[in-house]
Amino acid sequence: MSIKQSTSSGVSRRAEELQPSGIREFFDLVVGMDDVISLGVGEPDFPTPWRICDSVIESLRNGATSYTSNWGLQELREEISRYIHAKYGVAYDPEEQILVTVGVSEAVDLVMRALLDPGDEVLIPDPCYVSYGPCVELADGRPVHVPTRLQDQFRLRPGPLADACSDRTRALLFSNPSNPTGAVMRREHLQRVAEVAADRDLLLIADEVYAELTYEGAHVCTASLPGMYERTLLLNGFSKADAMTGWRIGYACGPADIIEAMTRIHAYTTMCVPIMAQVAAIEALRHGQDDRARMVAEYDQRRRVFVNGLNRIGLECFEPMGAFYAFPSIHRTGLTSPQFAKSLLMDQRVAVVPGSAFGAAGEGHVRCSYASSIGDLREALSRMELFLQRLDSGEVTAAQ
Amino acid sequence: MREKILRILTQEGRLPDEEIAERLGLTAEEVRDAVEAMESDHTILGYRALVDWSNTDVERVFAFILVEGTPEHGVGFDRLAEHVARFEEVHSLHLTSGTADLTVVVEGRDFRDIARFVAEKLAPSPGVSGTSTSFVLKTYKLEGRLIGEQPTTRRLAVSP
Repeated sequence: MSIKQSTSSGVSRRAEELQPSGIREFFDLVVGMDDVISLGVGEPDFPTPWRICDSVIESLRNGATSYTSNWGLQELREEISRYIHAKYGVAYDPEEQILVTVGVSEAVDLVMRALLDPGDEVLIPDPCYVSYGPCVELADGRPVHVPTRLQDQFRLRPGPLADACSDRTRALLFSNPSNPTGAVMRREHLQRVAEVAADRDLLLIADEVYAELTYEGAHVCTASLPGMYERTLLLNGFSKADAMTGWRIGYACGPADIIEAMTRIHAYTTMCVPIMAQVAAIEALRHGQDDRARMVAEYDQRRRVFVNGLNRIGLECFEPMGAFYAFPSIHRTGLTSPQFAKSLLMDQRVAVVPGSAFGAAGEGHVRCSYASSIGDLREALSRMELFLQRLDSGEVTAAQ
Repeated sequence: MREKILRILTQEGRLPDEEIAERLGLTAEEVRDAVEAMESDHTILGYRALVDWSNTDVERVFAFILVEGTPEHGVGFDRLAEHVARFEEVHSLHLTSGTADLTVVVEGRDFRDIARFVAEKLAPSPGVSGTSTSFVLKTYKLEGRLIGEQPTTRRLAVSP
């Protein structure tokens, strides 16, 4: 624990140095504008399936309003264990290998605090989800960015991974499928990452919250790869596949010593995940399959329509095979991604997120979420097309 | 492929083949062929608007009628059902499990219309031993679609 230094603002140096994410900045711009079609949203547009809400309402009637075990309800951990085993053939003991957390977000924070000594390094892909780097830093670790490239569809490659390793490197933290790119690492890609992990004795912290949203082929769970079970911390949750973002619930599965350490921290900082969310998660695991399938089929259709549309209007985009994001290139416009996003918002009232908000290697791209109705997606596409035409003709210039 | 096309058409019956094709990653020809095949084999019976009549000035009343009947040797309730189905007033008709043998949805201009149909046509039909009529007073959901204003999820405009 570092010693608190006094600063002029009265908050710690650490807090002062912590930057809000590029997304936050953009959010402030969008708020208050009318008639905006937002493709900047990192959550489903479906409400939580009613059967899940209903089970929680019923549980409230029955007085389920108390604390639970720090680890989470036994019943829920058993369901999680069953689900992971049925889906990926990986077995976790609900007694000591599963911790229920406040979304994957809390799990990322916990594992960093449980794993890192000051100065330890964690590899994170660039671009990646906005909280990875800050969570490493808040735990006195050092995030080391591993650049990924468009020509590899932003998948991690073994070469740059190995190059980024030092004797302080403890782990690789990555999401598959990827937020922000929608890229998916299939078995052969993961295999090569696993070899580096084994070679360099790294823990793989696999954020698989979008696993159910994998199109054309099945998701490969990192922990299911040969030799990776012992060195994988699997993070997952209910936000995306079950349309439960507001419930704030996820889980971590992995080696008992790491889970135990995370649970000790969680016990002091959070105590337990709200019981309502845990009840909802039990219902989602027991009976949510059809609802999940319905939503995934819908995202898949939107994905085709939207990605076709982007390529048609001249924003080149590789086919994303997971999550609900497309990550088109904006190179042809000559604008930076913040300029592009801001100009598009001002001129045509379509919100997308600048790729640079997710890391330097995201520059030249914007993240578009297709978790919106097909009608809205088509309207957004035609506004974007108009914007590109107006850019080309000089009727609109880059916002600063 | 057929099931996916049907799932879309049962939600959005007017969607052009090209758009169905784009959503499913097919060609428009593949969709057209599949739809035509399903039309000619009577998998797709037709296309129509899903109407909330309470939103109009048109007088229209529906009733669910549970019919108890006497099954016949060899044909069960088929002869009775085929007879009842021919009446214009009958909107839909199902053989059902439970206390009733047939469940008939009947439509009319008003309650008297339906009462008259039951009294004069349905109840006296050979093979019908009893009826129980429930008038529809208000419709909350029709063919999978909720009726009336629904709360929308209010998402943040931009989120990680």
